[in-house]
Amino acid sequence: MLLDWQFIGIFLAISWIFPLLPVAANWVLGPRKPNPLKQQTYECGVETVGDTWIQFKMQYYVYALIFVVFDVEAIFLFPIAAAYGQLTLFAAFEVVLFVLILAVGLGYAWSKGALEWT
Amino acid sequence: MSFSIGEFLRSLITLTIFDYLREIWADNMAASTIEALLDLIGILTVSTFALLIVLFLIWLERKVIARIQDRVGPNRVGGRFGVLQTVADVLKLLTKELLTPAGADWLAYNLAPMLTVIAALLTWAVLPFAPGVIGVDLNIGLFYVLAISSASVVTILLAGWGSNNKYALLGAFRSVAQLVSYEVPLVLSLLVPILIASSMSTQTLIAAQTVPFLLVVPLSGIIFFISALAETGRTPFDLLEAESEIVAGFHVEYGGMKFGMFFLAEFISTLFISGLFATIYLGGWRFFGIEEHATFGRLFGLIVFFIKMFSVYFVFIWIRGTLPRVRIDQMLDLNWKFLVPLSLVLVLVVAVVEKLIPAGTNAYYRAGVHLISNLALGFITLEILRRNARRQREAYEASLPASRPSEAEAIVPEAAH
Repeated sequence: MLLDWQFIGIFLAISWIFPLLPVAANWVLGPRKPNPLKQQTYECGVETVGDTWIQFKMQYYVYALIFVVFDVEAIFLFPIAAAYGQLTLFAAFEVVLFVLILAVGLGYAWSKGALEWT
Repeated sequence: MSFSIGEFLRSLITLTIFDYLREIWADNMAASTIEALLDLIGILTVSTFALLIVLFLIWLERKVIARIQDRVGPNRVGGRFGVLQTVADVLKLLTKELLTPAGADWLAYNLAPMLTVIAALLTWAVLPFAPGVIGVDLNIGLFYVLAISSASVVTILLAGWGSNNKYALLGAFRSVAQLVSYEVPLVLSLLVPILIASSMSTQTLIAAQTVPFLLVVPLSGIIFFISALAETGRTPFDLLEAESEIVAGFHVEYGGMKFGMFFLAEFISTLFISGLFATIYLGGWRFFGIEEHATFGRLFGLIVFFIKMFSVYFVFIWIRGTLPRVRIDQMLDLNWKFLVPLSLVLVLVVAVVEKLIPAGTNAYYRAGVHLISNLALGFITLEILRRNARRQREAYEASLPASRPSEAEAIVPEAAH
């Protein structure tokens, strides 16, 4: 069990080499002549106006919120699914009820118009 | 330490190099050192394969897309078929200047290309290539894949936010909305095979597929495939890159190898998703039991797996050459109003059917019952869609002025504008 995760641990440490190596090679091989014009923000030749880091559309938050609900659900459902063969009929019924409650949540968000992109 | 070429070659044929190395190292090394070294060899093999195959994948994609669009594609570098085109491209990227645009967040800007490759590579650890040929058979394999692959969302946001560019930021917002949304049907459709196989380990999932899961739960396979298309940001769902509207999305400010890293990660994760589809729904390295043959079984399994993986990958390219890009509201509607409800219902149906079948029944009988329930659900879904479309069309026709009937026959307008 622990040996399995040793593999992942070593992989995580080693995997930094693979992107670092080509970028380092590029840094060595490529020219280095930066100038202000080159480093300008790319906007098809027009000078950039105003700040980039602004507040963004509220709609994204709504989708993110619904996503969080379903993601938390998934964390519960994965172990249940992996052990489904051993569940009793009553436990299985409870799982169905659990999923149905979430489905009602989705239906509520839908009926409130949270899923409309405006 | 004794070493004989003949024994080594024999070990290559049956692909038990690890057992062989374990044996010859056992005399003068501690068991934990040996395991760590073997892990290292495994990691290097898997990563090198994943990185090098991209050279071929890019060439393949360009060639196939060119053929679909009635062009020739790369045909100069490396002979008639332009096999070395990608190598030339990589060399070109290597000699480009590395720039950090003015006003960019240095750390976020430079960290993003690294992390995206790492996130794409780490998933390969649990992909089974052949019997016993797998990085590591984690008991929570699929969960691990989901955890690692969702890290790529963060890297995209890092890149878009760190570049200090409005196109990049727009692209990042879009991609986060897309990736986060399509994660839900992906996760729910993955629950179905896990439910049937009662395991999250990729090897056990393959062992459970006496009948490939695509024939047992085809709906789950289709949902998984569509959301995998969206998760890898490929063509019907490539809003995050949308060349014609936001230039290149989140990586517009990247050049040289930093850009190359995003490209690399995209191809690695696309091939991985094809491999995962082949593993979960097409039976991985299984092919009518021939792979269980003792002497050439592993080699044969490897070949079978590669054929399956690349067939799925070919479908990815094919779809890219065929379908146009969808709009963001269409993309989100397809997910939240179609795929998520459908996959929720599918999970419930499969869970109920699985409990209704008495334990210990024949695998084929079991598969048949699941297949019938899936087809029935698919038929009901299509029927609901058809009625909805008809209602929309009739409402549209009723709203038209009566004097101009020719317009009534026009195609139904898109719902949202």
